[in-house]
Amino acid sequence: MLLLVLIMVVPSVAAVAAYFLVDARWGRVLTVVSAAIVLAFAIIVDAEVVHGIKVQALSGGLSADGLSALYLTLVAFVGLTSSIYAWGYLPAHGAPDDRRLRTYYALFNLFVASLLAVPLLTDIVLVWIAIDLTTIFSAFLVAFEGRRPTLEAAWKYATLTTMGALIALPGFLILVYALRSTGLPLEWAALVQLPGAVPAAVVFTAFIFILVGFGAKAGLVPMHTWLPDAHSQAPAPVCAVLSGVETTAAIYVLFRLFPLLWDLRPSVAATWYIVPGLISVGVAALLLIQVRDFKRLFAFSTVEHMGILMVACGFGTSASHLGTIYQMLGHSLVKSFCFYAAGLAVLALGSQEIASARGLCRRAPLAGYSLLLGGLAIAGAPPFSIFVSEVAIIRSGFDAGRWVPTALLVVFIVIAFCAIMYHLIGMTFGSPPDEAVRRLPRSVAVALLVAGVPALVLGVYLPGPLATLVHQAAMALGGAP
Amino acid sequence: MGSSSLASSVDALLVALVGLSALGLVVSRQMLALLRLFVWQSILLAGSAVALALGMSGTHLWFFAAITLVSKAVVIPLVLRATASREIYAKREVDQVLSIPMALLASAALAILGWALVRPLVLAVGGGALGLHVSVGVVVLLFGAFTIAVRREAVAQLLGLLVMENGALLASIALVPDMAAIVEVAVAVDIPVVALVIGLLIRTIHEETGTTDVGRLTDLKER
Repeated sequence: MLLLVLIMVVPSVAAVAAYFLVDARWGRVLTVVSAAIVLAFAIIVDAEVVHGIKVQALSGGLSADGLSALYLTLVAFVGLTSSIYAWGYLPAHGAPDDRRLRTYYALFNLFVASLLAVPLLTDIVLVWIAIDLTTIFSAFLVAFEGRRPTLEAAWKYATLTTMGALIALPGFLILVYALRSTGLPLEWAALVQLPGAVPAAVVFTAFIFILVGFGAKAGLVPMHTWLPDAHSQAPAPVCAVLSGVETTAAIYVLFRLFPLLWDLRPSVAATWYIVPGLISVGVAALLLIQVRDFKRLFAFSTVEHMGILMVACGFGTSASHLGTIYQMLGHSLVKSFCFYAAGLAVLALGSQEIASARGLCRRAPLAGYSLLLGGLAIAGAPPFSIFVSEVAIIRSGFDAGRWVPTALLVVFIVIAFCAIMYHLIGMTFGSPPDEAVRRLPRSVAVALLVAGVPALVLGVYLPGPLATLVHQAAMALGGAP
Repeated sequence: MGSSSLASSVDALLVALVGLSALGLVVSRQMLALLRLFVWQSILLAGSAVALALGMSGTHLWFFAAITLVSKAVVIPLVLRATASREIYAKREVDQVLSIPMALLASAALAILGWALVRPLVLAVGGGALGLHVSVGVVVLLFGAFTIAVRREAVAQLLGLLVMENGALLASIALVPDMAAIVEVAVAVDIPVVALVIGLLIRTIHEETGTTDVGRLTDLKER
């Protein structure tokens, strides 16, 4: 199917055109059009996957199953809302010149193209390269505003995540070696045939490297230190992509490895996913209490959510995996919405300090109420989707008899919820100081609407085909029935 | 048989030298010396690939040796010279958090850690050239990570990343000597691009803050 090739080619062409052929005003049009085409293609891929059609291209070099189709759609959707949001946000925030804007659109499209490649590529070493490229293309997007703190954030981001990717590389090479020596193709699907064919030590050694390396890329504690910096200093439309779907790219790889480990030794698999996950949730929950910057608040919440995904995956039952995938879906949609709302608050206030935002609902109602809604949704309040998925994960944990980790997970989630609510209520309510706020550009409101509807509605209504896709994606995680 | 056993002895020597050059990187404190050590290490890595290639059929390792030489002994040094300002190389001392004896002690610990980490794997695959390459490769990887952790200078940190990559590739040429050509090309393009991007970032940092001492950028520390 040519579609899978086009999904990566369209944004790449848009990147080249945005940089070399047109000025920044047309660059943003190109970016939005390309993102819309990619989303349409992704939905076609979803439809085929849901109907059980085998989707592949380039004689198997690209392929999509439930998990990759779902992740592909999330990247495409956040890519589209982010490019609509950037339309009005970038000129309003700092007024960069034409050349810088063209660089932004070129790099943004390449960044999205590399993210789209991660779920589609079949060869596991090429997946590693695609994940490495996401860092390379986004480093300058993080540094876009060129101030001293943004450069510091971009530096930490580029060095620590590249370091992580390089630690993961031997792990990938050992897996390739194992697949080669047993005559299997170098694909995710072939990994489940490894147990029994190669010694367990080979697989475990490979996994340790990938867990440590991509754990850094996903922002798992203690390799998370770059994440709150990068995700708070980048421009809001970039934060949305970084926090919403980029960290999940590394988690996607860890998901793909879970069935292999589970088949080899379920207790080991559970421990290696649950322990790092719980540490991340716990540390993030405690760090959430002390933040003073509202973009850092959402960044630490991403660390928390990546931890929840790992724990939920590690429970290893089909119920917990359904919760995991639903949580991933909710996180991508809601977190990107949160960063759009935070970007509005930054535009209105000219600051990211929580203390400077008192009474935001009265001073800039659109920014204030969307921040409050996004915060409620991301912290896991009912009736939003993250509440539903967190309850599902916790129930599946108790059902699986994992009392201690599940109880700890509940405690940490409650701490995180209280911390996020404490900060947000202080920001959005209260008596406002007499400072003028700036008017907000119209396109950001459009982006907020497009991003907000699915983010806020999915908790009460999940369309049938999407539910099927979530089920199919959960199957890819293997585990006990 | 004589020539192939000679080739494997030469290979073992070259692998040991790659490991030694990584240790040199941990203790050396001059920027130019660091860059030269990296170039030498890359040449040794290419040599090790040639020594392995002599013992087996196929052209993949020859190709690997050629692209390693071009990208790491030529392109990356040029990129680094072009992007980072001249004064960085003129600097005699690179700021380091640990003293040299402490750094040596830490690298000894890291070498043991790396060796222990891959020991089960090496035993499972039966040692030989594969075991040697993987063990030393992982130790080089850890040494590279260590230099990034203790150096405060941006260019030195970038060299640490490139050394980590050499370590991973040292393991790879024994693990998957017949890697598909497209993957080799992709890796060969990927790494100079990493160097270019990080080099440009270094230049921007230098223009903005007047220093490449990234250890001094601490605006974002948790208070």
